[in-house]
Amino acid sequence: MAVELQTQTSSPATRLQRIALAGNPNAGKTTLFNALTGMRQKVGNYPGVTVEKKEGRCRLTAGQDVTILDIPGTYSLAPKSPDEEVARDVLLGLRADTPVPDAVVIVVDASNLERNLYLATQILDLGIPAVIALNMNDVAAKAGKSVDAKQLGQDLGVPVVTLIANKGEGIPQLKATLLKQLEASQLPQLELAESLAGARERLAKALGHAGQSDIAAHGIALRLLASDISTGVVSQVYGPTVADILAEARTDSKLTPLAAAAAETVARYAMLGAIVAKSQQQSSEQRGKSFTDKADAILTHKFWGLVIFALITLLVFQTIFSWASVPMDFIDGGTTAIGDYVRTLMADGPLEDLVVDGVIAGVGAVVIFLPQILILFFFIGLLEDTGYMARAAFIMDRLMGKVGLHGRAFIPLMSSFACAIPGIMAARTISSRADRMTTILIAPLMSCSARMPVYILMIATFIPTAKLFGFHITLPFKDFYIGLTLPALVMFSMFALGVIVAMIVAWVLKKTMFVGPPPPLMLELPPYKMPSWRNIIVTMWERGSEFLKRAGTIILAISIVLWFALTYPKVPETQLPADEAQAAAMQLSHSIAGRVGHVVEPVIAPLGYNWKIGVGLIGAMAAREVFVSTMGTVYAVADADEESQTLKEQMKNDRWPDGRPVWTALTAISLLVYFVIAMQCISTLAVVKRETNSWKWPIFMQVYLTALAWILALIVYQGGRFLGY
Amino acid sequence: MSRTLDSLKPGDEAVVRSLDGEPEAFGRLMEMGLLPGTPVKVVRFAPLGDPIEIVIRGYHLSLRRAEAAGIVVE
Repeated sequence: MAVELQTQTSSPATRLQRIALAGNPNAGKTTLFNALTGMRQKVGNYPGVTVEKKEGRCRLTAGQDVTILDIPGTYSLAPKSPDEEVARDVLLGLRADTPVPDAVVIVVDASNLERNLYLATQILDLGIPAVIALNMNDVAAKAGKSVDAKQLGQDLGVPVVTLIANKGEGIPQLKATLLKQLEASQLPQLELAESLAGARERLAKALGHAGQSDIAAHGIALRLLASDISTGVVSQVYGPTVADILAEARTDSKLTPLAAAAAETVARYAMLGAIVAKSQQQSSEQRGKSFTDKADAILTHKFWGLVIFALITLLVFQTIFSWASVPMDFIDGGTTAIGDYVRTLMADGPLEDLVVDGVIAGVGAVVIFLPQILILFFFIGLLEDTGYMARAAFIMDRLMGKVGLHGRAFIPLMSSFACAIPGIMAARTISSRADRMTTILIAPLMSCSARMPVYILMIATFIPTAKLFGFHITLPFKDFYIGLTLPALVMFSMFALGVIVAMIVAWVLKKTMFVGPPPPLMLELPPYKMPSWRNIIVTMWERGSEFLKRAGTIILAISIVLWFALTYPKVPETQLPADEAQAAAMQLSHSIAGRVGHVVEPVIAPLGYNWKIGVGLIGAMAAREVFVSTMGTVYAVADADEESQTLKEQMKNDRWPDGRPVWTALTAISLLVYFVIAMQCISTLAVVKRETNSWKWPIFMQVYLTALAWILALIVYQGGRFLGY
Repeated sequence: MSRTLDSLKPGDEAVVRSLDGEPEAFGRLMEMGLLPGTPVKVVRFAPLGDPIEIVIRGYHLSLRRAEAAGIVVE
């Protein structure tokens, strides 16, 4: 206490250290955070919950840096999701890991003043020194609703700084205001019913004894009454007396948290009505339709809305698929070149193999996904920042709702067709935990680009190129066939199978593990605006570096293990055949992975796979496309890829001990089904671990997808044999 | 005449009279500014017929028909 008193008497400029940034979603909080902190940001997690904690350093003036904490966007301090709970807990000082900020900057969207002030006044009630950052007053002015910042500041009792955050206007004024002595505001009293006001008064008195200021005591008292924070936590933070009074109040049927929250809402909007009427110009003249109204008439039109949505989706999908292949090939080539170069530097031996085949190839296998991640987050940032993302959710909600998902789940799932990793990371835009978890758990069922080499090898080798329907165009130099072929149909079926299984799994998860009423849609459709390029670049940078750091460390370790399993123990040099390819095959059979392949053969034989395919599946655990090169090694073909003719021949010649061919069209289809469903990607598991903050979910994902893949492949293979194929 | 919000047509304007159902479900709607006495305007329905887009307190919000069915307007 003595320390605190002393610091209070020293200059205010040195006192301010931690500033929180709070506000509604879409109010421009992220833009302001990026403008204040630039690239000086640190992203982590709040311990124990899967909520992102963003902090950054900001220079207020020469020699004074402060920490800015970006509090999750919320509509109120009566939380409905883990993110919102964190927002409330930080401001109430309920989180041991995050002290109450010294001051709070509340971002308020002037074009949506009343609803934004709802949260703002709830925060002001808590007695934390505050500044209102009034954003988008230019937009409000255009709509004839400009806000008088000075009047608003008088009514709220705190400084109001006008900003245009995405143009950087008003930032210096905001910093200057933060350097002044900030004070808590005394707002007009809420008109509460007698029983609620009485309970608040009793609680406030006890909180006052516990050391809270008068303003804070009343604010905290109302927050406690209007929420279901456990009395145990309350006792710990504010003392047992406060907890006892709260517990007693809650026994009154008129003072349940829900009833108190509803009463607070009505009273607060009544108070806000008066404030807004004074500070916001009420334009009587009839304005023409706004840009957003005109744009939405097309973008959410019954017909054109769907067409444009499909085109945008296709564009994103196509871009992640095709544009990314250029930098991906470049990274692939670069990895090989670096490996070759390192080989020339190091002496031959196990260490060289470890560095080149384990470390460099392993890291390369992770880095190769980076272009797709960056491109995806560019589009997500662009669509989110312009306001289109909310429309996409609006359009898709009906379909996603059928399996119990939120409209917002569409983007992560679509992205997963390129790669599940960015898709799972994109699931962060879903606020409901149940919806987000379901989306993450089904994302790997979307056929990603890493499955393509496997699909191509299987289909090209074992599926006859029958023409189903279509027509020929004969040109002097070439005969074209336009129509559907069997291989194309099989390829399409594999994509469709993944989607269908995903929808069924989502439906089942929603009926079993994530039961409960569907969270309301409650989707705000903000006005369209020009995107902030800085926001988009910061997001790409953040997601990219985060991916490299987190997934990179884990996958690096595991690829070394896998490399070891595929390499050791070595066959004595003298026993190796002279032919290099045959020697490699013998070595692989002798290795740990080869032996495991033999061990698992009884488990996978019912699916139609022998030990060689087993080794391929073990290799594919690191990444699916590794299956093709592992098959190459097993069948002793140097430098195998999916176009390799010799590999196809070798596979067709492989026999079971009883002389039946191992590889038939049925084996191929069984294996295709297995690859559609099975979880074979260590990078994805690493990202799920990171995103869910626990090992429970990646393990569950691995188990359920492997079991499902095994069962479906079994049904396909045994069913096919039963039918005589 | 009272009816529920989901029965209105695009362009229709009304005033919220009451919110039926569990306060749990309507707590957030109220916090978003949808209270008894609030004027609301239906803008459109999504291309697939659900959800519904409305304007309250000067901003656009979308909710599902099922949620709108619990909002009595006049």
